[in-house]
Parts: sequence; structure tokens; C-alpha cells
Amino acid sequence: MSRPIGSLRATWLVVRKDLLLERRTFELLPSMGLLALGTIALLRFALDQDEVSGDLAAGALLIPLLLAALLGIARLFAAEESDAGVDQFLLSPAPAGALLAAKIVGLFVVLVTLEVVLVPVFALLLLGPSIGPVLPEVVLVLLLLDAALAVIGGLVAGLAIGSRSRELLIPIMVVPFALPALISAQAALAPVLEQDPGALVTRWPAVLAIYAVILGLVGSVVAEFLVED
Amino acid sequence: MPNAPEHPAIHARGLLAAHGLRPVISGLDLTVPAGATVALLGGNGTGKSTLLRLLAGLRAPRGGELAVLGHALPRERWALRGKVGVVAHHPLLYRELTVAENLGYHARLHGLPAARVGEVLELADLEGRKDQPVGDLSRGLVQRASVARALLPDPALLLLDEPLANLDPVVAELVGGLLGPRPGRTRVIASHDPARALEESDLVLVLGSGATVKYVGPADGVSASALEAMYR
Repeated sequence: MSRPIGSLRATWLVVRKDLLLERRTFELLPSMGLLALGTIALLRFALDQDEVSGDLAAGALLIPLLLAALLGIARLFAAEESDAGVDQFLLSPAPAGALLAAKIVGLFVVLVTLEVVLVPVFALLLLGPSIGPVLPEVVLVLLLLDAALAVIGGLVAGLAIGSRSRELLIPIMVVPFALPALISAQAALAPVLEQDPGALVTRWPAVLAIYAVILGLVGSVVAEFLVED
Repeated sequence: MPNAPEHPAIHARGLLAAHGLRPVISGLDLTVPAGATVALLGGNGTGKSTLLRLLAGLRAPRGGELAVLGHALPRERWALRGKVGVVAHHPLLYRELTVAENLGYHARLHGLPAARVGEVLELADLEGRKDQPVGDLSRGLVQRASVARALLPDPALLLLDEPLANLDPVVAELVGGLLGPRPGRTRVIASHDPARALEESDLVLVLGSGATVKYVGPADGVSASALEAMYR
């Protein structure tokens, strides 16, 4: 009586279910937000400067983002683990890889939502002058970084499903894979955050985009095996 | 027992499953015709739940041959999906979602029309509880919701892991009725109640500790007392 459904529809169904769960529990976004905003507040005092720019500003934006992403990745399959969601999904005729794809999309959405709050607070507390003139460049770099982090996070969280050392495994595995993306984002953001519109060196966003695409391709190949095995 | 179909519902030869290096099931030979009911008996830790996971395609065998509903596992497990209903110790429902939200999610994953959710809610007598989160329900209601989920796709194979455990007699009767025999539906029922298992089964499989198979054969070829003795 079941009828097979396509990957895109299955992905959307899981994303919608996850968003409903987050709306019901409201635990992931507030935790990530608190961690990221707390880190920015700490940096504001630790750096002991009224405003930062360039490399320092890029680092001050990326560090809270990475910490919040690690928290989000650790919780990515939380509902699936506590409520046997992987078994639920694998008993349906939906393509197995769609579960991982949905987690990647969900993490991307969560990171973007977080940045909607994080970037203005960062600009207010640390950046000093208005971020307005360089906002399009900042948004572009962050979106590319989010895509890379979401794919890395989805793959690593998928690998760590069922592992008792998940909390340990996730940072150990995510950070090395995320480093090329973070370094590219740092290099791309540093000149932009000198308050110089048009200073974006296209090479670094291109590196980020290529890295995200390569990760995406790897993800599309291994997604089914990760979920099934 | 129903008429023999073109392929058995379950066909295992020399089936092997292991947790790490420890074998849990070893050398199991089993052929179950479509439409038959199998009582799966055995003490705790003898591999009943593991066998059910193998049959559901949720776990790959370590060795031997296994075909379920004509699909060789694990190679063709994609083809098995949507044809097996599972009622396990875990309800396979999200506790934070309501009964209707859970069933709606499963119905969409199975490509079923929304009206099917209403049908199974009515079957399980859960219409009045459909807007309650699963986590707020009693054990009996959760089990009914779990049964409703398992029956959503009208599966050809039902795998039931002690489906009536911890239920009061009234709920047990309702759940037992929902999961009862139906033409063309094969059932494998893991149980600790040999007498009841014999009543409703065509075949009996008794697993023993140390990955042994203590009995596999027709239900009318063994008595409840003999089955109970196999537990000792």
C-alpha cells in the first residue's frame, strides 16, 4: 500500500518535522544563541578594545559561530536517537539518504537564523562603525561558510549516530574538516571588516564555494550508507 | 495455514547475526509461508529482538542467506521498505509530537493519503487523543498509537515484539484484535507466553542462549509445557 516518494519530498518532510519539533521544544536555537552571544560578550571584554576590525573582527565573528555550530551538530540527531527516528525513517519507502540531506538543510537553516541575531550583536558590541556598507559581502561569505559547516556537521553527526562517545567525537572530527572553510572565511572577511566595501577578494569565497561543493558531492555519495549502516 | 504463495514470506538459510564478535543467532534455517503466524520464543538475550530487526531490514545479517517477502537482504532492503510493520518495545513515535502529527508524518513518508490517518485513528480508537503529545500518553495509549503507526501502510509482514506486554486486559484485547491474523499478512510475534503463542501460531521458533535454535517447526507439533521446558 506504501508508495515510494522522491528524495526532495522526503527531505522536505523530515525538515518540516524537525522544524515542528524545534518549535515545540525550542531548545536548540536558544542554546546556540546563548553560547554565541555569550562568547561575543566575553570577547568584547577580553579584547579590551572599543572596536575591532580586519583579522581580529573576522575571528571574533567566526569563533562564536563555530562554537554554536558544534553545539548544533551535537544535537542534530538528538530526536532521532531518543525516539528511534532512524528506524522510523528506514521502515518507510523514502530514500535513506534523504534523512541526512534533511539534517544538512536543517542545520543550514538554524545557522542562518542564528546569524540574523549574531551579526547585528557582533556589529553593535565589537565592530563599532556600521556594518551596513559591507553587509552583502559578509552575508555572502557567511552563507558559503554555513553551507560547508552544515554538510560537515551532517556527515559527522551521521557517522556518530549511536556512538556513546558522540560528544567527544563530534568536535574532534568537525574541527579538522571545518578548518579549510573557516580559514577561507577568515581570509575573505578580514579585508571586508576593515570597513572597505568592495575589498572582498573573490578567491576566498570561491575556495569556500568549491569546498562546500566537494563536501556536498561526498555527502551525496555516502549519505545512504551512513543512514543505513 | 494459508495456501503456499510463489515465494515464502521469510526464507533463512544458515542465518548468522552477531553483536561485535559475539554470535547472537547462528545457523538459523527458517521458511515461513506468506500469511502464516510465527511465535518467536526464547529467554531474555537469546536474539529475538535481533532477529526481528534482521527481518525488518534494519540490521544486516553477518552471514547466511535471508530473503523477506522475496527480497534478498541486505542487498534489496530498499525494496522491502514500506512493506513491514513493526511494533517494538520503542513505540517509534516522536514524544514531542501529537499522535496525529506522528501518524501524518509516517503517512506522508509512506506516500499515503491523509485520509488513511483518520482510518487508523478510528481503528485504534484514538480519535479523542489525536491532538495529545505522545509523551503525555499512558503506556496503553502509546502502544495503541504505535500499533496505528505500524498498520498505516497495511503491511504484508508484521513484526511484533511482545506487543501486549504491560497492557491491561481491556487494552490488550483491543491491541490483540488490531494485530490479529488477516489474509495475506504474515506475522512474527516475539513472546514470553508459550501457551498464548501456540494458540495463534502456525509455526514456532524457540531461540536459546549461546546462539542456539532449540526448536523450529509447526505449532501443532509441540506442547506449551514442552516449550516452557525449553526456557530452562
